[in-house]
Parts: sequence; C-alpha cells; structure tokens
Amino acid sequence: MRNLRKKPVVRWLIIVGVIVVVVVVYAFGFSVTDVNFETTRDEQRLTSLTRILRALAHPDILEYEQIEQDVDLPFHLPCPQGQAPPINVDTRGAYIVVTPACAGPKDIVTIEGFKFLPNTAGPVNFIAQSGVKLQLGSFKTDSRGHFSITGELPNRQPIEEAQTIRATARQNVGGPRVSRTGKLVFDKIVETVFLALLATTFGAILAIPLSFLAAQNLMSEIRTPLTSVSLTLLGWLIGIGLGGAIAVQIGRLVESTLGDNAFITGGVVLGAFAIGLASVTTLTHEKEKTSELNARLIRTVGYGLAGLAAIAISYLVAYMMLLVGEALIEPLGALGFLGDFVFQLGDSLRLLTPAFAALIAGGAFGSLGGRVGQQASDRLDPRTVRTINLAVAALAGAALFALIGAAIDWFYQVLDLTQTFVIPAIVGAIGGALLTLRVDPRQPLPIGYWVYFVMRTIMNGIRSVEPLVMVIVFVVWVGIGPFAGVVALALHTVAALGKLFSEQVESIALGPLEAVRATGANRAQVIKFAVVPQIIPPYISFLMYRWDINVRFSTIIGFAGGGGIGFLLQQNIRLLDYRSASAAMLAIAIVVSSMDYISSAIRQRFV
Amino acid sequence: MLEVKNLTKIYPGDVLALDNVSFTVESGEFLAVIGLSGSGKSTLLRCINRLVEPTDGQVIWNGVDVTQASQDELLHIRRKIGMVFQNFNLVNRSKVITNVLSGRLGYVNPALSLINRFSKNDMEMAREQLERVGIADQAQKRADELSGGQQQRVGIARAMMQEPEIVLADEPVASLDPVLAHSIMQHLEDINQNEGVMVICSLHFLDLVHRYASRAIALNEGRLMFDGPPKAIDDARFKEIYGQEAERVG
Repeated sequence: MRNLRKKPVVRWLIIVGVIVVVVVVYAFGFSVTDVNFETTRDEQRLTSLTRILRALAHPDILEYEQIEQDVDLPFHLPCPQGQAPPINVDTRGAYIVVTPACAGPKDIVTIEGFKFLPNTAGPVNFIAQSGVKLQLGSFKTDSRGHFSITGELPNRQPIEEAQTIRATARQNVGGPRVSRTGKLVFDKIVETVFLALLATTFGAILAIPLSFLAAQNLMSEIRTPLTSVSLTLLGWLIGIGLGGAIAVQIGRLVESTLGDNAFITGGVVLGAFAIGLASVTTLTHEKEKTSELNARLIRTVGYGLAGLAAIAISYLVAYMMLLVGEALIEPLGALGFLGDFVFQLGDSLRLLTPAFAALIAGGAFGSLGGRVGQQASDRLDPRTVRTINLAVAALAGAALFALIGAAIDWFYQVLDLTQTFVIPAIVGAIGGALLTLRVDPRQPLPIGYWVYFVMRTIMNGIRSVEPLVMVIVFVVWVGIGPFAGVVALALHTVAALGKLFSEQVESIALGPLEAVRATGANRAQVIKFAVVPQIIPPYISFLMYRWDINVRFSTIIGFAGGGGIGFLLQQNIRLLDYRSASAAMLAIAIVVSSMDYISSAIRQRFV
Repeated sequence: MLEVKNLTKIYPGDVLALDNVSFTVESGEFLAVIGLSGSGKSTLLRCINRLVEPTDGQVIWNGVDVTQASQDELLHIRRKIGMVFQNFNLVNRSKVITNVLSGRLGYVNPALSLINRFSKNDMEMAREQLERVGIADQAQKRADELSGGQQQRVGIARAMMQEPEIVLADEPVASLDPVLAHSIMQHLEDINQNEGVMVICSLHFLDLVHRYASRAIALNEGRLMFDGPPKAIDDARFKEIYGQEAERVG
C-alpha cells in the first residue's frame, strides 16, 4: 500500500524497472535453453516429426497375416537420349501405367493401376538400380481394382538403364493377432506390476515398525535416566554380537549334520511340537506375577534355551524348504515357480536367521540392561548412581564411537587402528563421562527423542537418493534385471513410507491413548489397542498410493538396468523403433491409470 | 484412603496448574471437584494416576506412595484406578466390545493381548458390564456408531473392567444433555454405593454436585479453595470459588 502514496513518476519508474528485469530474465532463459523456433519450421524436421508421431499413433500390438501383390514397370530416369524404348506391358494380369512414360528427377508423374485386387492398399516405390526403395506414394484400389495417384520422382544420378517402379498391394488375411512386440510388452508390463508389488511389500514390512520409531508423539515421552540409557545401548551391542555369532555357529552345526532328510523332517516336527507344547503350558491368561529372583532366573534360562532351539528349528525349516522347493520344481511343470518360491523363501530364511537372532537377542539384552539401569537409578542413592553412570556411560560412549570409527574405516580404508579405533573410543568415553558429570544422575533423558531424530535423519537421507541412482548400485550387487529394481525400489519405499506412516502416527487422536494408558496397559498394549486401530486406514491408503508410485517408478528404473518395461522402452527408443516404443508407452498408460482407479476404489472402502 | 499432600504441578513454560493442594478421600466417598475451566481439575485427576507427572508433592494410596512408584509398580497401581473422560476417549474404529476389553489390559498376559486373545472370564465380564449400563446389544458395533450417551456408558464399562477401587471421572457429563447427564451420573452413583468404589468426579453444575456428591472440593487457579459438604457452598463461598462476577445458574 505504501507504493501507492509515492509520486507517479517514481511508480512508473519502478514498473518500468520491473518490466525490464522480467524481460532480461526471460531473455537469458531463452538463450540458456537454446530456444529456437526456426528449427520448428524446418521441412526435413517436420517430415521426421510427422513420421514419428504417426508411428507413435500406431502402437505395434496387433498384426495381420498379409498377402502381397508386386507389380513392376521398367522406368527411365531421366528419359534416354533420342527415342524412348517401347515398354511392353502385360495387360493380362494386374498392371500399372505411368504417364509420362519417362521423366526427369523431381518431375511429377501419374501412376495408374488396373486389375489389382479390389479394396487393397499399399505403397508405390521407385526402386533404384542399387536396390534402394524410395516411396512415391501410397494407393488404395477401388472395387474394380483400379487406382490413380501422383508422385514426385526422386532426385537421383542419371542412369541410362531402366529402373523400376513397383506397386505393392497388400491385403490382410484372417483376424488380427497379437504381434511379437505385443507379447513382449505384455510380459514386461506384468513383470513391472509384480516388481512394484514386491518392492512395496518388502518396503512396507520394514517401514511399519520403523514408522513408530520415527513418530515424535510416541517417542518424545520415552525418557530414561542415564544408567538405563547406557546399559540399554551396551545390552543391544552385546546382544546383537552374541545373538548373531551363536546363530551362525548353530547354522554351521545344523549344516554339518545334514544329508539326512529324516533328520530334518524329524527336527522340524519335534520342534513345532515342542513350541506348541511350551506355549500352551507357559502362556497363561493372567499377567505373570512379579516373582522371586530364583523363579525369574529359571525363567530367563528357559527363555534363553527356547531361543537357541528356535534358531536351530529355523535353520531346519529353511533346509527343509530348500529340499521341498527343489523337489517340487520338476513335477509341478508349469506351476514350477511355486517350487522355486518355496526354495527362495527357504534360502532367505537361512540367510535372515542370524539377523533375526541378533535383533531379538539385542532387544532382549537391551531391555534387560534398561531394566537393570532403571532399577539401579531408582533404588540406589544418587552418589552411587553417579559412580556407576561414570563407568557405564563411558563404556557405552566408547563402544558407540568405536562402531562409528569402524564404519568410517570400512568406507575410507584408513587402516590405522589408532585413528579408527583408539581415538574414537577415547573420545566416546570422554563424552560419556562428561554427560555423566553434566546431568543429574536420576534425571530422565529424552532418549526417545534422540532415537526419533536419528531415524528421521536416516530416512530423509535415503529418501533423497533417487531410485534410479540406487538401482545402479544394486545392479552391481545382484546383476541387471528386475531383482535389482525390486531391491532399489524397496529401499526407497522404506524411507518414503516410513515418513508418511510416522506422520500418520503423529496425527492420531491422543484421547484413546490416554484412556488405554490409564487402564495400566504397557507400551506395546497401548500401541496395539489405541494406536493401531487409528492408523490402519491411512496406512492402507498410503500403501496403495505407494504401489501406484512404484509402478510408475519401475517404468523408468529399467533405463538403469532395473528390469521391467523401462528396459524394453529404452531399447526401442534407441533402435528408433517408435511403433514398439509406442506399444510400451500405451501399456504403461493403461496400467498406471487402472492402478489409480483401483487404488482409489480400495482407499474408499477403508477410510 | 487416598491422601494428596502438597501436590504441585508446573507445566513447561512456568504454567502453575496445581499449587500445593492437599486433601484426603476416604474409601467409599463420592468426591466432587469443582472450579472454573482451567482451574486445574483435570490436572489434579491425572496426577493421581500419574498420566501427568506431578512436579512436587505426594499421592499416597493405602500407604503406597504413587508418586515414587517405579514404572512396573505404576502399571499395577493404574489397573486399580478406572478413568472416565469428558470426550469418552474411545477408540472410534474399534468395536464396542474391544473398547470394553481394553479395560482388562492391566491384568491379562501382554503377549496374548497383543494377538487379541482374551480369556472366557474376561469376555463374560465385558458382556456383564455392557449389560449393566444397558447397551449389551451394541457390543459388535463400531464405537463411533454409538450416540454420545452410549459412548460414555462404554467408557464406564471399560473403567469397571479394571475392577477398580477408585474411579476418576473427568467432567463425565460435560458433553451430554441434562437428561443423559443424570443417567450417566446415576451409573457412577450405582458404582459408588453398590460396589463401594471411591469416585472422584470433576463437575461443572452445582445441582449435580448437590444431588450426587458426598463431599466437594473446589479449585481456583490451582489452589484449594473449599473442602466440605456440598450443602456448605453458599453464595459467599460460591463467589470465592468462581469469582466475584459469577452468577449462579441451575
């Protein structure tokens, strides 16, 4: 409003100045982006454009069996010196007449055809001496098999001998059938849809638990004193190391006793039976009473043994799936992919067992550490707590920084133990000790908020890397093909869905949470009864949306070797086969728009 | 017996919600908590089961210091304290029966509850509680399909699943019409008189206080202004609690 009060001259100057600036900005833009409308009028380019657009408008999906009728006429280009030699036209069958009978380059001639098959179409070509075909035009015969067109002769070097003008009449025979390209496009679009489905599924499986860790409202209320934080961290590290190592050892043991199918089957059956029996007898409907130390010790040992047994059984199940799957591939015939599926599941179970064991052991040791820390800081007097804190916090800090040092060493290959281990460990220890001295020993620290922050940072980092870039890395790892695309898209999905999901958790109504917490429910129960029911509809909605996105993504990750229809599309564009490229594009358009329709229909049912 | 001693709550940003509040409630009492909006009624109720951590002071229940309880002990204490809310706080998308069963979570095996397994006894108990508040036929409906009055009955049934010794009711009838308000208050009265459960209920309307409460306390800006029988709130007292400009209605 202040501008209006200025003198008119100043106002005009400002307006002119703004206009000048805008003009300069756009002028620079034109120059940088090479805007040149002259090229758009170039005749040659226009011809190419027309050809490509027409090719794109004729996707190579259907084809007909065709019969062809070639009719040749000798033709002089240019007219020979003196008398033109007579041309004998056999008028018993189909024939063409060109007037004038001979002509110079770029002259216009009329071509008439007689006695052709009625209602057929095709090109008229000038066939040079070298065999090169140059199209003069195309014709369509009437019901009597007659046509008449004009065409411009090509500009060729003068040759004395007669060359040829050929009219080719083509007629479709029988019904349409799917072309070879059409079949290929169909195969690839199916591959694309399933690639997107698997990537979405794998991504979501990881994103759901992570989304809780990245939800500020759930995490910010988790506060524990330093003793508990340090012991939790140490517990996790020890648990992960121990769990992983033990699982690998058990895996070796199981593998070394293999070779006997009866052993595997027996082990699985016995194991399943034992787990069933154990769960029936131990799981009561009442909450376990806080019991004496002895009973707790026995129970802990029991859980430990059950864990070891579970690892062994997991391996046995994996090997059994490998065996069964492999045996099924042959006899199932066309359904052999089911056998392969079982085989691959078994293989991934074998691969993932140590990881699960490490995670579960980490969680168990971590929560044990957390409990011990909480109890210690509740029961002992502040001075003792501070002394304990000094030790455990320094240890935890040292361990954390040594791990970071190891990661750096792996990437940058420093290969210097002092720099990558000793110094970080000392820095971490000092950091832990400083933290101990700075905070009140019993003061709850916002550990939940730290976890939330770290999770958010990691997710944002992963999310900012385009799947097209990720796929390059995974192509190196698992080879060119759809599997690389699945892994790359799954990773991107974890980060993207993790963020969307966690924002849904952050926007739930807090009243029900409060109510369930007031009943004495623990944290897991609060999530199950107050959080989960509220987030199911948005989760499903985002899942469908992500599948939709992944289908679109998977059409382009093929460009980098990630499989799917993108690979075909890129190949056809490079080969200038625009009709095939058009078929691929059409398939993408159909799938993407029907995905959009289906996902919105499903979303409406759940929200 | 519940003893509240020198309870103080300061929210972040130096907002004083409770200022050195002390009072005692005997078992079987129906205590009304009155005061203006923002006077600290909700904070007081939530400090008793530590949904809000008090800044200072103690809550001692049957000799146990609730404010010093560890996390595990706190869950054990909470399961004996039912709570009813102004906005019902039901999980809208869950079934009525699931909402009621969630009152049992402090008792059941956590692992089984996570896969939705409740014992036959608990199912039977949930049905009885719904019958008691007169909506047994609505058990399989989604909670948000019910009317306001019905939702608050589900809230009461959920609290009763805890077999509580105390029920904290945070303005349980403030979002209901007068007729429904009386029917909900009668349910609370029934719990108080027939089961001997201590009820601590914050209320807006004095006529409800007179009709149902055996004792009342009043808060003004976090300070305890009154503690005595509801009949003793005369006009002078009223102006002390609600401010000089306030007029009695209802």
